Amino acid sequence: MTTFKINTMSDSPVLRAYGIHKSYQKDKLEVPVLRGVDIEVFPGRLTALVGRSGSGKSTLMHLLATLDRPDRGEIHFRGSRIDDAPRAARDAYRNRDIGVIFQFYHLLPELSALENVLAPIMIGQSTWSYFRHRKDARRRAEAMLDRVGLLHRATHKPGELSGGEMQRTAIARSLMTHPALLLADEPTGNLDAETGRDILELLRGLNRDEGMTIVMITHDDQIAAGADVLLRMRNGRIENEANRQVA
Amino acid sequence: MYRWLLCFRYLRTRYIALASIISVMLGVATLIVVNSVMAGFAAEMHDRLHGLASDILIECHASGGMPDPEAHLREIREVLGDRIEGSSVSVHVPGMLGIDFGGQLITRHVNLVGIDSETYDKVSQFGRFLLHPDNQGQVSFDLRDHGYAPSREDFPESGWEYRRLKVAYDRAILEERERVEAAMRRARGMDAAPDSEITDQASQGPTMAVDFSTSVFVTPDSRSGQVFDPAEEQFPGIILGIATCSSRLRDEDGGVRDHFYCRPGDDVRMMFPNASDNTKVVNQKFTVVDLYESGMSEYDSTFAFVRLDQLQEFRGMIDPQSGTRSVTTVQLKLVSGANLNEARDDLRRRFPPDHYAFNIQTWRDMQGPLLAAVRLETTILNILLFLIIAVAGFGILATFFMIVVEKTRDIGTLKALGASGNGIMSIFLSYGVLLGVVGSGVGMVGGLLFVRYINHIASVIERITGQEVFDPTVYYFSKIPTIIDPWTILWVVLGSISIATMASVLPALRAARLHPVQSLRFE
Repeated sequence: MTTFKINTMSDSPVLRAYGIHKSYQKDKLEVPVLRGVDIEVFPGRLTALVGRSGSGKSTLMHLLATLDRPDRGEIHFRGSRIDDAPRAARDAYRNRDIGVIFQFYHLLPELSALENVLAPIMIGQSTWSYFRHRKDARRRAEAMLDRVGLLHRATHKPGELSGGEMQRTAIARSLMTHPALLLADEPTGNLDAETGRDILELLRGLNRDEGMTIVMITHDDQIAAGADVLLRMRNGRIENEANRQVA
Repeated sequence: MYRWLLCFRYLRTRYIALASIISVMLGVATLIVVNSVMAGFAAEMHDRLHGLASDILIECHASGGMPDPEAHLREIREVLGDRIEGSSVSVHVPGMLGIDFGGQLITRHVNLVGIDSETYDKVSQFGRFLLHPDNQGQVSFDLRDHGYAPSREDFPESGWEYRRLKVAYDRAILEERERVEAAMRRARGMDAAPDSEITDQASQGPTMAVDFSTSVFVTPDSRSGQVFDPAEEQFPGIILGIATCSSRLRDEDGGVRDHFYCRPGDDVRMMFPNASDNTKVVNQKFTVVDLYESGMSEYDSTFAFVRLDQLQEFRGMIDPQSGTRSVTTVQLKLVSGANLNEARDDLRRRFPPDHYAFNIQTWRDMQGPLLAAVRLETTILNILLFLIIAVAGFGILATFFMIVVEKTRDIGTLKALGASGNGIMSIFLSYGVLLGVVGSGVGMVGGLLFVRYINHIASVIERITGQEVFDPTVYYFSKIPTIIDPWTILWVVLGSISIATMASVLPALRAARLHPVQSLRFE
C-alpha cells in the first residue's frame, strides 16, 4: 500500500485546482462558498471529499466538472487550464475526459438503460459518425452494462429500474467514453445502506481492478474511510494537509 | 444523434404536443380546402365570364349607333393588325319583354341584342349555351320541330309540334266560345247585342294566338295581304335568357324546379326604342325559338337575342340612301396570348373619348369589380386562416415552454454529459419542425381528401342537417368546383412548418441558455 502511494505521489496530478474561490449571490448578499480551495487528484486513486452539507463540496465538484466557473483560481486538467477554456473545449472535456455520477442518477426518462449508457457517445459524435460506428458503440454500452451487472435490464426505462439499478446505469454511462477520471457526487446518498454498499463496492472495484481515478463526494465518514485519499472540507476550505493521509 | 432520438421520443411520449399537431393540421386542411374551392369558383367564373364576353368590346353610346361599321372595322384592323382573330358587330338596345301567361301580361326589362349568328359565335361562346342541341352547333332563329333541352327532364314540350298543338287548342276554345255565344245570342234575341259585343271582346282576352296585329311592322318572311297562320308561320325568332321567362323554385320535397312562363314555340312581345332622334317605341312580336342558359344569372336574366338585320330594320338603322346599316357594338376576339390591355389602349388612342362616344373595354374591365371581389375574398380568407395557424403557433410556443420547464433536469444532465447549447437548442427546434411536418402533412392529406370528396361530404351534411350546403338556385353549378394548385399547397405547408419552427425558437433558446448547475438542482 505504501509503495503504491509513493508511486502515485510521484506522478503528476491528473486534475489540479488551486486558489478556487466561488460565491453565490443571494438577495444582494454575497455568500462565499469556496474560499481558496487547493486540490490535486492523482491518477489511479480513489479520493474522498468529505464535508457537511453546505461545506461547498458539491460546488467544488461542479467547478471541477466545468459546469460552473470559479470566481478566482485555476483548474488544470493534465497540465492545461480548463476553467476558462472555450465552451466547445469544456463540452468536449465533460463528454470525453471525465465521467460524472450524481446523487439523483439523472438518467433521461425517455431512453432505455442501454440508450442512456449510449448517450455520451451520441452527444460526442456527429449523427453520421455515430451511425457508422453504432455497432461498436452498442457493443461497448452492453459491455459497460454487463460490468455493472445490468445487462438483463438493458431495454428497461429508468422508471422501471430501482434506485440501485439506476445508479449502476449512471455509472455505466459515466464509463462509456473511457474517461480519465470519475466525479461522483454523493453516489450513495439516495440509496439504502445495503444498496449503497453495493454501489460503493462497484466503484472501489473500478478503482482497484481498472485503476480508475475517482473523486467521490460524501458526507459519510464511514464511506470515506475506504478511500486512498481523504479530504475534509469545512467552511469552503480543505481543512488541512494532514488529512490527505489515508485514515 | 441524441437530438433526433430525443425529439422523436418527446413526440411519442408528450401527448400535449398532439394538441399542437391537431391545431396545425386543422389550419392546413382548412387552408387547402378553402383555397381549392375558391380557385375552383374563380376559374369557373372566369371561364363563364370570358366565354360570354368577347375579348374587347367597343360600345357606341349614341342611340343611332355607329354608322358604317365596315369602315370602323377597317380602322380597327389597321390599329391592331394581326392581333385580331375575329370580329362581330351587334346592336344592343334596352327593351321590355311582354309575355302572355295564362291571360296575364308579364313584363321584364331585358337587354335586346341583335346578333349576326355567323360571326357572334366566333368572338364569344354563345351557341353552346342554347338548349336545342342543333342550335349549339349552328345557331338558327327558326323554330325547330322538337328536341329542346334533352338533358333536362322537366323541360316542357316545345317547338313546332307544341306550337301547332297550342294553336289548335286555342282555335278549338275560340270555336267553342263562339258557338256558345252564338247560341246565347240566339236565345236572348237581338236586343242584347251591344252588351254581348263587349263581353265578346273581353272574353277573348289577350290571347295572342288570334289577337296579334301584323299591320304595324311587316316581317320579311310574312307575305303582306295574306293571313298569318301561327300553325305554319312564326314571327321573327328571339332567343331569351332562361331567367327572363322562368322562375326557379323549390317544391315541397326540396327539389329545384323551373317554371316557364313561355317556351320555344310561344310568341312574345318586345318594346324597344327606335334609332331616330325623335325616339319612338317599337312594339314587335317575336316567336321564342330557343332559350339561353349560361349559368351566369346576370346574363341569363337580362339578355334576349334576335337577328341583327331584323333588329336594324325594326329600329330604322338602315340609311335609306346608301343602304349601310349602323351598329352599336363591335366585339373583337384577339389571338390567344395577345395583351388585352395593350390592345384596348391602342384602340382608345385611335378613338379618343373626346371625339367618339365609344366605350372600349376588355372583358376583364367589364367584370373587374366581380373578379376583384373574388380575389379580395380569397386573400382575406387566406390571411384569416393563416392567423389560425399562427394561433396554433402560439399553442406550440406555450406547450414548448412547458416541456422545457419539465425537462430542465434532463437539459442539465445533457449538458453535464457534454451537450452544447446549440445541441440542446436543436432538440427543441427539430421538435418544432417535426410537429410542423407531422401536423401539416396530416393536414395536407386530410385537406386533399376533403377536396376530393367534397361533393359527397356536402351531400352527407345535407342529409344530416336537412340544409342544402350548395344551393343550385343560388350558384347555378350543380357541383362544388375545386382546383388543387400544387404551389398553393406547397406554400401552405411550408408556411405552417415555418410558423411551427418559429414558435419553437424562443423555448429552444431558453433551453440552450439554462445554467447547467441550476438545472441539475431543479426540482
